[in-house]
This record gives sequence, structure tokens and C-alpha cells, in this order.
Amino acid sequence: MTEQLWQVHFKVHRQRTGGKPYVRTFTLDVDPEEYILDAVERIWALHDRTLTYRHACHHSTCGACGMRVNGREKLTCITTISSVTQNGGTVRIDPLRNFPVVSDLVVDMGNFFLRMDRSGFNSVAPLAAACLPYEQPLTAENSIDHEPERLVDCIECGLCISVCPAANTDKEYVGPAVLASLHLMYVQNPTQEFIDQADHHTGLWRCHSAYECTEVCPSGVDPAWRIMDMRKKVMSDRIKSIFRPRSSEKKNAQPA
Amino acid sequence: MPNQPEANNWPRWFDPRSRSLGTFGFILNRVTALGLTLYLLMHLIALGQLARGADAYDGFIALVKNPLFKLGELLVIAAGVIHGLNGIRIALNSFGIGVRCQKGTFIALMLIALFIIAFFTFKMFSEG
Repeated sequence: MTEQLWQVHFKVHRQRTGGKPYVRTFTLDVDPEEYILDAVERIWALHDRTLTYRHACHHSTCGACGMRVNGREKLTCITTISSVTQNGGTVRIDPLRNFPVVSDLVVDMGNFFLRMDRSGFNSVAPLAAACLPYEQPLTAENSIDHEPERLVDCIECGLCISVCPAANTDKEYVGPAVLASLHLMYVQNPTQEFIDQADHHTGLWRCHSAYECTEVCPSGVDPAWRIMDMRKKVMSDRIKSIFRPRSSEKKNAQPA
Repeated sequence: MPNQPEANNWPRWFDPRSRSLGTFGFILNRVTALGLTLYLLMHLIALGQLARGADAYDGFIALVKNPLFKLGELLVIAAGVIHGLNGIRIALNSFGIGVRCQKGTFIALMLIALFIIAFFTFKMFSEG
């Protein structure tokens, strides 16, 4: 806690399913080092019990509290108030983009979770696969008799889909998290199945290289790098196929 | 249920607020592509004047010598240069080249674009 409290105006998006959105302002005295989620919870607890929002772990592991803070996608449990405003300032809080709004700050992520599931996403992966090639992989401290594993970085918060300008233009685009998941699965098990799921006009080729997903990702997944790495693989396969005719077997995989 | 972008949200394609450099690249590519498509349409209309005889064509050429059209031509050059150079960045990235330094690549290519546009501005407007 810092000694001086700040007075901050929180402009919060309010909307019931199918209803017209509006903005309601709440003025709070806050510790500048508190998190945005703390302020949202205080608004709910002390000012308006009808406000709806999602939260769970409060330490950037569950991915539930993704919102837009002053227009930018943030995981609100790790975004300090001082990082987005100043004493006497205003903070605008909106739900994620490119998802249907269920109520206030809650969006329906059901389709996104289904697509992640279809991609084969597993939250535990071998250490070598879970780390990006340019990262320094951690070494297991104790000797173990099997390949070390770790939790993968993606927490399925959906910030990457919300910020993606391509997802804004095509509602069928599977989005960066799903493509990153397919890449992760392909690294672990390099079979054509994952390539076929990604190599689709609503998959790899819908990405317009804006790199916003990597910019907002709160856990360093680097979806853009993974998408480009998979594109490289597809392009290289296509070039090779010019010189080595492929079998007549037709691709029939569906996008994730 | 798909991602469901809001209906009639196309103005958001060009909204750079709260965005990082990559989206500026995305917006520039969209704007220049639309501009070049419009130019192609106008170019075809101009060529169509040939079918209407020499007088109609000469009249059209006299019209496009207007300084306003010259500015339009400069915009076409600018759009072509920006779209082409940005496209090179995206193509290289799609081959896995320069992905981690894409921001620097974008800035460098846009500086080159600025230099080329400045050169053409000087050439086109200094020679009368």
C-alpha cells in the first residue's frame, strides 16, 4: 500500500444480453498500486451489485479476467491502476472485442474454448516443446527418469482474439490462440493432421501479420511467431511438392 | 457460435486507437490496396476513352494535366510503394524470415518508402 490514495473515475461498460450498451461512471479512492480487477470488485461490492464480470485466480493463471482497459486488452488481475491512469484520471473498462457480450464485462467464450479443444490443446507439454526456440529452456533441478514437462504458457484468456484486426474482419477466423495451439501440438507430434487443420483460409492465411496478439499476450505465448513458423512449414511443403508430386489423396481436414 | 464481430463494424478496420505498430501496417495495407483498386478502375475508364476517338482522348489527357490529378498520381505512387514494401515484410515473415524483428523491418521499410515518395514529389512538382 502506498500512503496517498488516488481519486479515479471508472467508466464501466454496462449491457444486458441483446440490450443497448451504456457507460456508468463510478468514482473511487484507490491505492495506485492496486489492480484494475480490485477496483471492479469494489464497484460490485460497494456500489452496484448488478455489475457482472469474470474472475477467479487473481494471479494471471486462469485467464478469466480479460477486459479492455482504456481500449487495450489487459488481464485486469495484473494491471495496476497506476499503469493506466493518474490521480484524478479516468479509466475506461470494456468487455473483450470479437466475442458476443453476455452481460456487462462478461463475454461468451464458448466457441473459442471448443476450437481450442478441437485443436487438441493440452495444458501440459514436454519442456522442449513448451518453450519457444529463442527462449532459454529451464533445466530440471532434480534428475528424473522421463522427459521433463511443464504447464504451457497459454491460459486461454482470449485477449489475442479480441485485439486481432483480422478476427474483427472475419467471424470464421479461428484466431491466434487456436493456431498457436495447433503449432504447439505439431511441435510435439509433427503429423499432417495439425498442418491440415491450420492450412485453411479461416486459419493460417487469414492472419494479416499485425502482431497484436503477441503484443497483448500476458503469458508470452508469442502466437504470431508460431503462426509464421507454421506458415513457413506449409510454404516449404508446397515448394517441395512442386518438385516431388504428391499422392492424389485429397485433404479433407476441417479447420479447428 | 463464431467469433461474432459486431455488425457493420468496417470503420473499425481503420481505427488505430489503442493499437500497436503492427495494426498501422495492417491499416496502411488496406487503405493503399483500396486506393490502388480505385486507381485501376479509373485507369480502365481512361483507356476506354481511346475507343471514343482521338478528340475524346485528347480532352481527357488535357483534364488529367490538372495539378489535382498530378497529386492523385503522386498518391498512386505512394500507395504502390507503401503497399509493395509492406508486402515484402509480410512475405518474408511468412517464410519465417525476420519475424522477431518485424517492427524494425516495418520502420525501416516505411522510411525507405518516405524517401522514395519524397524523391517522386520533388521530380514531379519541380519539373512543372
